[in-house]
This record gives sequence, C-alpha cells and structure tokens, in this order.
Amino acid sequence: MTKIGYFPGCSLNGTAKEYDLSLKAIARFADVELVELNDWNCCGATAAHSLNSTLAVALPARNLAIAERMGFDEILVPCAACYSRLAQALYEIKSDEKYRTKIPQLIEMEIKGTANPITVLDFINKYVLDKIKDKLTNKLNAKFACYYGCLLTRPEHLSTIERREDPLVMEQIVKLAGGIAIDWAFKVECCGAGLSVVRTDIVGKLCAKIVDDASSRGADAIVVACPMCHSNLDMRRSEINKNLSTDNKIPAIYITQLLGLALGIEPNKLGFDKHFVPADNFIQKLQKQTVEV
Amino acid sequence: METKSKIEPLAQPLKEKILNEINEQVMKCYQCGKCAAGCPLSGEMDYTPNQILRLLQIGEPTCDDEVLRSYGIWLCLTCDTCHSRCPQEVDFPHIMDFLRSEAIKRKKVHPKAKEIIAFHRSFLESIEKTGRLSEVGLIASYKLKTFNLLQDVDLAPKMFAKGKLEIFPHRIKGRQAIARIFEKAMKEAHND
Amino acid sequence: MARIGVFVCHCGENISSTVDCAKVAEIASNYPGVVYSIDYKYMCSDPGQNLIKEAIQKHKLTGVVVAACSPRMHEPTFRKATAEAGLNPYLCEMANLREHCSWVHYREDTTTEKAAELVRVLVEKVKHNEELYPIKVPITKTALVIGGGIGGIQAALDIANSGHKVIMVEKNPSIGGKMAQLSETFPTLDCSQCILTPRMVEVAQHPNITLYTYAEIESVDGFIGNFKVTIRQKAKSVDHKACTGCGLCIEKCPIKKIPDEFNAGLGNRAAIYVPFPQAVPNKPVIDRNNCTYFLKGKCGLCKKVCPADAIHYEQEDELIKVDVGAIVAATGFDIKHSDFFPEYGYGKYPDVIDGLQFERLASASGPTLGVLKRPSDGKEPESIVFIACAGSRDPAKGIPYCSKICCMYTAKHAMLFKHKNHHGKATVFYMDIRAGGKMYDEFVRRAIEEDDVNYIRGRVSRIYEKNGKLIVCGVDTLLNSRPVEIEADMVVLATAAIANSDSEELAQKLHISYDPYHFFSEAHPKLRPVETNTAGIMLAGACQAPKDIPDTVSQASGTAAKVVALFSQDELTREPLIAYVNNNTCVGCFLCQSVCPYLAIEKEEIRRRDGTLVKTVAKINPGLCQGCGTCVALCRSKSIDIHGYTNRQIYAEVSALFNRREYAGV
Ligand SMILES: Cc1cc2nc3c(=O)[nH]c(=O)nc-3n(C[C@H](O)[C@H](O)[C@H](O)COP(=O)(O)OP(=O)(O)OC[C@H]3O[C@@H](n4cnc5c(N)ncnc54)[C@H](O)[C@@H]3O)c2cc1C
Ligand code: SF4
Ligand code: SF4
Ligand code: SF4
Ligand code: SF4
Repeated sequence: MTKIGYFPGCSLNGTAKEYDLSLKAIARFADVELVELNDWNCCGATAAHSLNSTLAVALPARNLAIAERMGFDEILVPCAACYSRLAQALYEIKSDEKYRTKIPQLIEMEIKGTANPITVLDFINKYVLDKIKDKLTNKLNAKFACYYGCLLTRPEHLSTIERREDPLVMEQIVKLAGGIAIDWAFKVECCGAGLSVVRTDIVGKLCAKIVDDASSRGADAIVVACPMCHSNLDMRRSEINKNLSTDNKIPAIYITQLLGLALGIEPNKLGFDKHFVPADNFIQKLQKQTVEV
Repeated sequence: METKSKIEPLAQPLKEKILNEINEQVMKCYQCGKCAAGCPLSGEMDYTPNQILRLLQIGEPTCDDEVLRSYGIWLCLTCDTCHSRCPQEVDFPHIMDFLRSEAIKRKKVHPKAKEIIAFHRSFLESIEKTGRLSEVGLIASYKLKTFNLLQDVDLAPKMFAKGKLEIFPHRIKGRQAIARIFEKAMKEAHND
Repeated sequence: MARIGVFVCHCGENISSTVDCAKVAEIASNYPGVVYSIDYKYMCSDPGQNLIKEAIQKHKLTGVVVAACSPRMHEPTFRKATAEAGLNPYLCEMANLREHCSWVHYREDTTTEKAAELVRVLVEKVKHNEELYPIKVPITKTALVIGGGIGGIQAALDIANSGHKVIMVEKNPSIGGKMAQLSETFPTLDCSQCILTPRMVEVAQHPNITLYTYAEIESVDGFIGNFKVTIRQKAKSVDHKACTGCGLCIEKCPIKKIPDEFNAGLGNRAAIYVPFPQAVPNKPVIDRNNCTYFLKGKCGLCKKVCPADAIHYEQEDELIKVDVGAIVAATGFDIKHSDFFPEYGYGKYPDVIDGLQFERLASASGPTLGVLKRPSDGKEPESIVFIACAGSRDPAKGIPYCSKICCMYTAKHAMLFKHKNHHGKATVFYMDIRAGGKMYDEFVRRAIEEDDVNYIRGRVSRIYEKNGKLIVCGVDTLLNSRPVEIEADMVVLATAAIANSDSEELAQKLHISYDPYHFFSEAHPKLRPVETNTAGIMLAGACQAPKDIPDTVSQASGTAAKVVALFSQDELTREPLIAYVNNNTCVGCFLCQSVCPYLAIEKEEIRRRDGTLVKTVAKINPGLCQGCGTCVALCRSKSIDIHGYTNRQIYAEVSALFNRREYAGV
C-alpha cells in the first residue's frame, strides 16, 4: 500500500465533507493510504496574502515542514486554493533568499523544501487511475462539464496542467469513467472564490454564467476539483438563480464523487446527501449498481 | 554664506516601492487592456487593472493616493486571469497584494472595503486562535465586525443539517506556535 | 627607425566624456618611436584627416595610429587618408578607444590609463606592419536571386533589364510568393494578381533570367564576385519540356483531399498539382509525400492519361552547379497560424482564421470565388471581428516586435468585408494604429469614416463559441476600460509576421547573420539597409523584416542597383589581409586544409629545375581565403601567417601589454 501525506484543509473538515469522504473512498480502491499531516494548520487562504505577505508564506510553510518531518515527499492537497498557497509558499522558499532564512525562524521548524504539494488531479492520474481502471464497472452514461476554475490552471508557475486555457485532464478522467465530457466555454473562468460571504451578489453573477453555459450545452452535472468552486456553485445556487431566468438545477459534483460512482460506490457513502443542489435525478439517470466498500 | 541650493527631493512613487520590494515592473504595462477584458470583476471595479497600473505609472502622489483608496484593489480575487494573459507578463495580482497591505499601512482603505477587510481579519483571527478556520466563529466574528447580522441566516441551518457546520471549533495542539507566527509576522509588517 | 604618429580623437563627447584625450596624446608622445602625437575633436572630419595627412608628410611618418572609434566604422576612412598622403594605407592602424574603453567605463583615471595602453599596444604593432597591396579578382556577372516573391521578382527584373544574367531559385512549384495569395492590396485596393501576374510572366520569358522552381539552395561557396552555388532541383516527376499544361493528370488524380497551401488550407488540391491557375510555370509537379504511386507503388493514373508522356516517376533530384557574382536573398516571411493562440481557442474554432485565409476567402480566385463564406458551414458572415496584433508585440507568448503590415491589412480586410456586405458589422480590436506611409492613414480613416468600421481600442482577452456564434471578450480602453462582448460569425486574427522556419539554415549556408527572430541582418540599419555583412550578398523584401509591397519593391530595386553597380566593374579589389605560407618551413601535413572553413587551401608541388619533386606544400587561394586565421592557429611548423595580423605583430602587441612601463606618471 502506498502512503502519501494528506492535507485536507479546513473546508474538507466542514463545508466539503463529501469531498473528503469520496476522496478517501477512491483512495481505498486504489490502495493508497492518505496519512493526515499531524496537527496541520490552516493555509491562511486569501485573507493572509491579502493582508500580510509574510503570514501568507509562513502558515503554509509550517505544514510543509510537518510533512517533511513525517518523511513525505508528496502531500495531497485536494483543495485547489490550499494547493495554491502551499505550492506558492514552497516556490517562495525555494526562489527567495529572504524567505529561506526568515521562515524557519517564524515557524520554529527546519524546512528544506522536499515535500511537494500535489493536486487531486495529479493524484488521480499518478496513483489512482491505473489501479482502478478495471474496476470502473458502472459506466457513467451522462454528460459532464469539467470545471477547473482559477487555481488549478493559474498562475503558470504553480500549475501542472497543460493547455491551461482549455485543459483536458478532467475530461480524460471523465471519459475513462464512461462519461461524456462536453466542450464548453467557462472551464477556467473564476467563480468568485473568496468573495462568497462579503459580496455574494458578485459570486452569484459569476457563477450564473458558469452554470448557465454548462446546462445550456446539455451537461447533466458540473464536475469540480475544488471545495471553493463547489460551495459557490452549490450552496450559493439561490443567489445564482437570481441572475438567471430559469431555476437552474444542474448539480455540481466532485471529480472524486464521479469516480466513486463509476466504481459503483453507493452515493451516500460519497456524500451526495450533503449537496444543496440535489444530484438525485442525475444519479438515477446513471442507473447505477452499487458495491459495498 | 551658505545658500540652499538643493531642491526638495520628491516623494518616492509607489511604483518604485513596488519595484524594490516585490520586483514588479509597473512600467512594462502598455495599456492594451487585455487584463480588464478578462478580469471577472473589472465591471465591478472603480478602476480596472490597467487603469490602476496607469495611475501607478504616472507616479504622482495624487495618483498613488487614488490607487490606494480605490475599491478595485479589494475586489481582486487573485484569479490570475489578467497575469496569465498579459502580453507583457505584468504580475498584477502580486501587485494587488502589495497595494492592499500598503493601503492598510497608510490607512487609506476605501470605505466599502472595510467589510472585505473585516472578513479577512475575522478569518485570520480564527486561525490565530485555533490554528484552523472555524466557520461558525468566522461568521459570528464577521457579523459582529460589520453588523451584517442577517447575512446568510438562511444558509446556516441548512449547512448545520447537512453536517457542514462545526459548532465547536477544532483547536490544534500547536496553537501557541501559530500565535507566535502571527505575532512575528505582524511585527514585521509594522516595521517596514 | 620607426617614426610613428598618434592621433587621438574625442569622437565629439563619445570618448572625451570619460577619457582625457589630451592626456592620452601627451602620454603617447613619450612612447618609443612616436614622433608626433595630437588630439582632435573629430578626427574623421575633413580637418581631422588633414591633420593626419600633413603630419605624415611633415614628420616623414612610417606608421600611423588613430585612436578613435571601431575600425569597422572608420578604418577605411583613415587608411584612405594615409594613402592620399603617400604612405601605404596598411601602415595605418586604429586603437578602439570608444567601444573598448570610453563606452564601457566611467570617467576615472584608470579609464584614461587604459586608453593610453590601447594606443601603446597599437604603436608596437604598427612598427611591424608591412606595405600591402590590394588583391584583384575577376567578377562573374550573373546574379542569383533566392525566392520568387514580389521582392525576388522585382530584383531579378531590374538586374536582368540592365543586361545582366539572373538565376532565380524558388522553392515552391510557382513563383509569386504571398502577393499571389492576396485579394486586393492597400492602400489603393488594386487587385493583387492583376498587378503581379504580368511580372511573373515577364520573369519566365526574360532572355536574361533562368528560372528554377521547386528548387532550393544546396550549398554556397566562394566570395563576392565568385560564388559557387549548388542548386537542388527537386524532382517534379513531370518533364516540363514535354508537358503541355493540359491538366488532364490533375483531373484524373484520385488523391484530391490534400489541404491546399495556396488557399491557406481552405481548399483541397490533388497529389499532382499546379498551385493556382495563374502559376508560373503553369505546369504540374507531383507531391511525392501524398502520391499513391510513391507511397504504395500503385496508381500511375496520371501517367496513363498524360497525352504528352510527360510524367516521369523515376526522375530524381538534380544538383545543378552555377557560378554567380552576387546573391540576392528574397525568401520572404511566414505568419503565425490561428492554432497558436490559446485564449482564442488553440485553432479549435474553424471560423477563427488568419489574415491569409481571409485574403483567400476574399479573392476572386479563392476557394469561394470571392464570396465571403465562413469555413465551418459556408454561411456568409454578418458580423466579423478583426483582431490586430495577434501574437505581435506579445513578449509573453508571441513575438515582441510589431509586424508592421497588419494594421494596414486589417483596415483593408474590414473594408473589403463592408464592400461585400454593406449591412455587415465590422469590428476591429487594436492597440495602436500604425499607418505611417503615403496615403496609409487616409486609408484607415476611410475604413472608419466611410465604411463605418468600428475600431475599439483594447486587446481581446478570449474568444469562445456559443450557439454558433463566436463571443469575443474585449475591452474599450477609451470608454473607461469597459468590458465589451461582441458576437461574431467569424474572427480574423492579424497574426504575427515571422521569419521562415528554414531561414536560419539558409543564413548558415550563405554565411550571413540573422537577428534573434531569425530575420536576415542588414549590414547597417540606417546606412546599408540592403546589404548583408557578407560582401556580395544582399537582401530584398520581408526576409529582412516584415514589410509591405511598396517597401519590398523599393528595397528590391535598391538591391538591384547594388548588384548592377558591382557588375559595372570588371574586377574587384579585395583587402590583402589573407593567409600566406612559408614554403621553406611547411612540412606538407595539410592539417590546415582540413580546418579551413572556406576551402581556400590547395596543394602545391615544389620541383627542382629538372622537374624532380622536392615536396608538396600548402598554398592559399587568395580568392577564397577570408583571413580568418584558423589555419595559422593550427599549423604545427608555424608556416602560415596572415598579412596585417602576422605573428610578429600580435606578439608585439602582447609583449607590449606585459612589459608595462610608466610613461608620464599616469
Ligand atoms: C494577410 C496579408 C495581407 C497583406 N496585404 C498586403 C497589402 O494589401 N498590401 C501590401 O503592400 N502588402 C500586403 N501584405 C504584405 C506582402 O505580402 C509582403 O509585403 C510581400 O509578400 C513581401 O514579398 P517578399 O517577396 O519579400 O516575400 P514573399 O511574398 O514571402 O515571397 C518569398 C518567396 O520566397 C520563396 N522562398 C522562401 N524560402 C525560400 C528558400 N529557402 N529557397 C527558395 N525560395 C524560398 C517563397 O516560396 C516565396 O515565393 C500582406 C501580407 C499578409 C500576410
Ligand atoms: S494586459 Fe498587461 S500590458 Fe495589457 S493593460 Fe493589462 S497589465 Fe497592461
Ligand atoms: S487577478 Fe484580480 S485583477 Fe486580475 S483578473 Fe483576477 S480578479 Fe481581476
Ligand atoms: S500517380 Fe500520384 S499523382 Fe499520379 S494520379 Fe496517382 S496519386 Fe495522383
Ligand atoms: S502593424 Fe499594427 S496590428 Fe500589426 S503588430 Fe504592429 S501595431 Fe499590431
């Protein structure tokens, strides 16, 4: 069994529980043990880098240092926003002399920069797909709009994705799971991210364009790989629909939930009951058969 | 007899500070507007990214002031769309981060931005106290700071029902270490 | 005894702002052998040169050192002045106080000190200079023109019309270049083919022009006046002497779905093809990469139907050797294609096209016979967005320079669209409008004022497709940077003009230099814009930098004038700075022969009077030797030297540097 460092981040403990559940479920299928970093702390998110650049490096750096101590050279960071902060911190420490000396003093830990954060997409490609390829028994006969948002594709120096303006990695995963990945226009547009609470109106506007484009092109679900994108597209649906003429009901699901379904895992074990916009219709459409995990 | 022959030196323009401190070259921007065209928020901003850069390029104290007092710098989501498409590779979000902390330092924050800052502050307070983000704590503290007491009242019960709200925050063991990180980082921000 | 004169130039302030020139002259006057030393503001000026001439005569100088700018700039000037005063010009040397000293240092005592040292080194060298006499070589009065676009055509016709022979080599099956693909041309909107094709025919029929199409340059040796060129005539598989151009073969060829280069991929052609109806020569070639006969050994239909029995599958590439005296590079340019632009769809949308594709759609001879139809479904667009600077002025993803032609052709495109569809909506996104040129800005204004083309100042961030429309997301920076979204049926990208992909290779064959973008470099950006740094090789057209037709034609005529001027002499004088062999010490190992990049080293047999062989030694062909010195460095018996840079001269310079003495307490 492969072991890999796991940084769930605050969302996966709260608003994105289903992401955590489904990620762990598919990891089990792939024979990977996700070892949660000991006593990890919040990455600081937008708040830290908006207000204090030192904090923005130091908070994630503590997690990197913990991972190093635990002997991991890879840390799975399923939240794209956390990934971006951890990867940026690593980048700064590696490229900026100033941080190299300052950070260890701040976090009171040594840091060599040997633990590399990886995204959920890289994780799936590297550790999961090969292992589960033959177990994808439940072909997902539906149309999916793969949504990447900002932080998986930008900035360039942190992104591992090719064709950043029109990426196709998630599409390939969807295809492998038997689904149809549609071509659409809002794959890499911003969902409003951190303005969710303060300027919900803006998030509503931005997400309206996204869900509208996806559903008008016939998608049955939007597939995401970031809890921030998910909570904006899912929990903010009433705000979103204020900007649309119709009541848009297209569910937003995690890529891990999608793989879980394709593996035949029961939807509730993947956290589908936790969605604000129910995925029931869509799931029924898949005519699933389920297996016990 | 000694006469005063030197003319008063000019105040250091922000663009020089940006160059010295974060190594971004405002002068590279040639005002094509591609950033504003792609920015998800340029429609909401008082000054679009290229306009902010233009003000910085001019380098007059009044223009720098306008930049620091603008609302736009607080709306930026750091989505990096502008930067990734900029033909001149101007890392605008990086400059935005700098402008925000500069605006706070010089106490020139746009009145409407107070809410955004309050949110960020509440967020950081939550981390400072527990090491992680507690959503209940965050919302409560933010509401107290802004008096937006009714905001999202419909959301909370639903979240709670779906097991997405933890009433009691998780406190990490290294809370003291986190607090010390905060203390040192804050001190540093004040010193420069 | 040596009697050396030192002349220190201020070069205005170029040198004197950091070097104390008077001091340098003063120090130099103390160097052994120096009998005269002076400084002056502009040594290259008439009074400056007179200073040198008078000193040579008055002080009976045996050597001259001019301490000034780069010898590349003014060595000929000062050597000429020296000769005019009756001294052999090769007894004049230059110390480069500008590039090697004043421009690269601050004003400090050590800067002046370094300048004085540079002078001393040259004083020591010039003591060992010898009188040299220019070499005379004959000229082959035939010009080679590479590339048959409008640039090559103009140069070839001008040279041929002055009575000299021209050989033209074009890599495509027809001459004409990009101009043959254009619909109408700015700023007059005359039909491109109508003004071009008569000239193409003139080239083909001119008694002084030999045309090789479907041919490339294999190798180039020799030097100005005496180039030896090998041309690779690619196998056409069709005997053009026998072929009558009836076109039966093309009709019968079953392979018909090959994207047509001439129509910028918007149409198809057969495996045996003539690129376009007005092609010169108007006879087919077989594209072996796509022909069934060559791929699978079967088919042979064209051969069966050809009434003239002109199809020859067995034809092979042919190497043709020619002697020419001058070479004109006129290989033009290329453009970036629409699949290059990530945020504009990576070529995903068939209706996002490039400028050349638009030209083909608008051209009466194009795949749609001049009716603007969009590639995806053949519908006629009602709204077209034109995007200027697509990939130009874009250091991040494209090229940093301005492509120069696209502002104008974009205005033309918008106009042509509006002329074809009066109610259509034409939108141009631009950053600046660069319309410098006779009647150019008027042309752009006409597009805006008379044809109601909507110019929006701002760069487009992205394009996506929705319900059969292309949504173009831009901004209007003149309206408070307001975001704008335009629905378009077709988008035309004015994609960057770039150098040909094989230009670097050709430059290496020609031994000419090229810039960082792989365009060929001119000898001087202002004063020698048509020549290259390699004597006898000139440039015409867009292979030097993106250019429109008027500029291309002007440059081509300028180049022709240079060639004709060269051919007006019967022989050339060359600098005698070449290698020579000491027959007494040469052991005949011929290591030198194996390294000479110009193949200038031959074998010479030394025989006694009775004819018995004493030994075989190396001999330098003075016509070929470029004086690079590689052989000198390699010769184990130290038998080769270079005139003007003999070992003695170099040693004198080096030992001068090592044996520093204090002169006048600097
Ligand atoms: C979309 C578009 C529209 C334009 N519209 C206008 C207009 O309206 N008015 C105007 O004035 N200009 C216009 N131009 C510019 C015009 O096309 C150029 O000025 C002109 O083509 C330059 O001529 P050239 O002979 O230098 O190069 P080219 O036309 O590129 O010709 C070069 C020739 O050399 C050949 N060649 C290349 N490499 C080799 C090699 N290694 N060996 C042998 N042969 C080789 C090529 O096959 C070609 O035949 C336009 C350009 C574009 C792209
Ligand atoms: S895209 Fe870049 S160059 Fe263009 S206006 Fe914005 S910052 Fe300036
Ligand atoms: S990073 Fe900020 S300024 Fe740039 S496009 Fe995103 S929101 Fe706009
Ligand atoms: S032999 Fe080749 S060129 Fe001739 S008809 Fe057949 S495919 Fe066409
Ligand atoms: S000519 Fe005009 S469109 Fe072309 S690169 Fe220059 S400015 Fe841009």
